Amino acid sequence: MNKARLFILCAAIAVVTVAVAQTQSYKLGRPATAEEIRERDISVAPDGSGLPVGHGTVTQGRHDYQTLCGNCHGDRGQGMLQYPALVGGQGTLRGKNPVKTVGSYWPYATTVWDFIHRTMPYARPGSLTPDETYAVTAFILYLNGIVGEKAELNKTTLPRVKMPNRDGFVGDPRPDVAAKKAGK
Amino acid sequence: MKRKGLTRRAFLATASATLGAAAIPPVGFPQELGAPRRAYGERSPFEKSVRFFPESITPASSYSKTPLQDLFGIITPSALHYEVHHSGVPEIDPRRHEIMIHGLVERPLIFTMEDFHRLPSVSRIHFLECAGNSGGEQIGRPAANPQRSHGLLSCSEWTGVPLRTLLEETELKPGATWIVAEGADAGRLARSIPLEKALDDVLVAYGQNGEALRPEQGYPVRLVVPGWEGNVNIKWLGRVQVVDQPYMTSYETGHYTDLMPDGKARQFTFVMEAKSVITRPAGGQELSGPGFYEITGLAWSGRGRITKAEVSTDGGKSWQDAQLNEPILPKAVTRFRFPWWWDGEETSLQSRCTDETGYLQPTREELVAVRGLNATDHYNGIKVWYVHKDGKVSHE
Ligand code: HEC
Repeated sequence: MNKARLFILCAAIAVVTVAVAQTQSYKLGRPATAEEIRERDISVAPDGSGLPVGHGTVTQGRHDYQTLCGNCHGDRGQGMLQYPALVGGQGTLRGKNPVKTVGSYWPYATTVWDFIHRTMPYARPGSLTPDETYAVTAFILYLNGIVGEKAELNKTTLPRVKMPNRDGFVGDPRPDVAAKKAGK
Repeated sequence: MKRKGLTRRAFLATASATLGAAAIPPVGFPQELGAPRRAYGERSPFEKSVRFFPESITPASSYSKTPLQDLFGIITPSALHYEVHHSGVPEIDPRRHEIMIHGLVERPLIFTMEDFHRLPSVSRIHFLECAGNSGGEQIGRPAANPQRSHGLLSCSEWTGVPLRTLLEETELKPGATWIVAEGADAGRLARSIPLEKALDDVLVAYGQNGEALRPEQGYPVRLVVPGWEGNVNIKWLGRVQVVDQPYMTSYETGHYTDLMPDGKARQFTFVMEAKSVITRPAGGQELSGPGFYEITGLAWSGRGRITKAEVSTDGGKSWQDAQLNEPILPKAVTRFRFPWWWDGEETSLQSRCTDETGYLQPTREELVAVRGLNATDHYNGIKVWYVHKDGKVSHE
């Protein structure tokens, strides 16, 4: 290595060190270990990143759903009282009385999985295993006619499920009302 | 009266009821020593204003509304701040609470509450408003008083650390474009927020109106995302993940998205647009007779400062400038007032506001013409109160 090169390298290292020292100005907080991150990170993205290993079928889901979910959401996901329906509404979004359910409205199957995994069953959020979550998700998607009776969901197949309202969302065009007033 | 049959208890009850009716004591000075000191203050027993919430079979997934008609100034007392929870209010021991920042960062870090209290802090006054506030107005079900119609709105002084400081400590990696913020409530409510906003004015707040956050507002630490819909202001903050895409959580897909007449839904409609409401005289109140009344109300905008509030006392035919009370702060509630002499005739009262971007609060009709009746979130139409000859003020 010639001298000039060495100098540039050292300078680069110095710059990096300075940058690090500058950015962590307060030296507060402790490093999160890989273990801690694994334990706490439950987020799932639409591309499937974050989904754990595991699997569940419609058949298993039918069973798990009846024991864990059906008493609130109804045995066929029809909903009751303040417990939302999990089934139905496809084709109603344009009409006078749109019915928004996970089947008719939610754009990603990963969202259904993530919500159930973190927040359901209502009284014991976060208590489902990955297998149970794959299974009840499969059953709910089956009730909505989105997957077949033989479907098995896992970290590869779940993100591939195409939800009926996948292309039903647009960005925020506001301010919209003023634009209309100005004749635009 | 059949005195004879009256038991002692019944007699006492009658006596005190009669007394009660005539029991407003004459004006005067107290003759006895007052109460001694107390460690934590309470309001006067004569003050009864409370949050409103309906009966619910799922009270942990529900809301309560601020009694706007009873408030003065711009700050909502913490005990009256509105609430929306989806998995109840957790009881968190601050000594056992940590916030992890990870994802697309050079140094994933875990902060304790002690760390937060040591970091450089700021205090700022901002409103919080639920995206669904006054949504009933849009679909033609106007509510009877300011609390019922607009009470998912509150305004506090928040103290905490800019989220930017924490993100700089962890050092962002290239490709970082969003964060996912997650609560440490039982349901671990999560929302995606664009990195640009996270680096702009978002606070990781532990203080509310001079003391620690109330549990209902996220004790011991929450996000305050100025001007944006309430739901992204994650309470009981436990985790911030730096990511390269929105994670499409349930509350940014299945909920808080606005379904338009063409069947498409607007997503990531974060900003709460300029809005105002007259809080006095307003629905549910009664004018005791013709004469002078100060009209007062609140105006706010998620896009910045309020520059103008106008009042109409003639059914929207003419509008006059109201006085804006100081302070007039960005993304905070501003109180306006307007002197009014009531002539005893039937009329209506309404307000509209303009923010520093020049945006003028629309009427309900203008709004419905664009957004239809299937969307009920992010509604900001003008609210009208009707004054009747007998002095009663109502919503219709
Ligand atoms: C004790 C009653 C109860 C049980 C049991 C229950 N849920 Fe729920 N579920 C609710 C309530 C209440 C909500 C609405 C929560 C909210 O919006 O805050 C909900 C919401 C949902 C939603 C979102 C629906 C929407 O359109 O927003 C899904 C999906 C769901 N539950 C799935 C399940 C599954 C799967 C199970 C079983 C593992 C289950 N639930 C068990 C009460 C229950």
